[in-house]
Amino acid sequence: MSLFALLAGLLFGAGLLLSGMTDPARVRAFLDITGAWNPSLAFVMGGAVLTALPVFLHTRRFATTPAARTLRDLAAKPVDRALLLGAALFGVGWGLSGLCPGPALVVAASGNLQALLFVAALALGSVLSRRLLAPRIR
Amino acid sequence: MSIVFDSAEVLRALSGGVLIGLAAVLLLVGSGRIAGISGHFSALLQGQGGISLWFLAGLFASPWLVRLFTPLTLGEALTDARWLPLLGAGLLVGMGTQLGSGCTSGHGVCGLANLSLRSLVAVLVFMSVAILVVALGGGLSA
Repeated sequence: MSLFALLAGLLFGAGLLLSGMTDPARVRAFLDITGAWNPSLAFVMGGAVLTALPVFLHTRRFATTPAARTLRDLAAKPVDRALLLGAALFGVGWGLSGLCPGPALVVAASGNLQALLFVAALALGSVLSRRLLAPRIR
Repeated sequence: MSIVFDSAEVLRALSGGVLIGLAAVLLLVGSGRIAGISGHFSALLQGQGGISLWFLAGLFASPWLVRLFTPLTLGEALTDARWLPLLGAGLLVGMGTQLGSGCTSGHGVCGLANLSLRSLVAVLVFMSVAILVVALGGGLSA
């Protein structure tokens, strides 16, 4: 179990590095649809979703494992205010920086000081949100 | 507007995406968990180890592994970032992904692969907002 998780983490990070997601300038060029738009990063999410989709759907429909229950429970969760507000706040931070949590952790792990600061702020934001924001919004 | 299209970049993006998809499958089938980075990071902050710790350890080790095979160019765009906006953006990403229960990996990869309406909505919201922020000229550089 732990070995699978370690390998999955390595593979995930290698994928992020290969894809270009760890270059904030490239991410912002992908988001810049009204300027000099570089659409290449759309293929990251596209490739990942199409690869995972058959296994995820097969697991959800036919398996009786805890993983299958997790997938069914997640798909049945409602769209609520916390989701909408959370996604919007994340979008502001992602647009400003070009960094989402995975790439931020990978770049920080490579020893980049700015990314380490970003991850420290991310950790603080996560804790503040869980303690202060979430109880007031649900 | 103009479109910048580089077929080598597209191929790398697609290959990287396939690796990420395989990682999500491996974590789901091997460990029974969703490959959502913000979720595992949050679990770690709450003192939960286990699968989250192993998964993030692998993620942390990945630049060192990749460096053995190919030279890495990382995050140069961050070097001219102003500190306060950098911290502000990190804070927003942390607050938003915690409140919205996921980020680009949890909602964007796993949620969409699970055909979750909730994740589709989250992806549309964070993508639209991020596109708007960039279009309005928001950024970290001086």
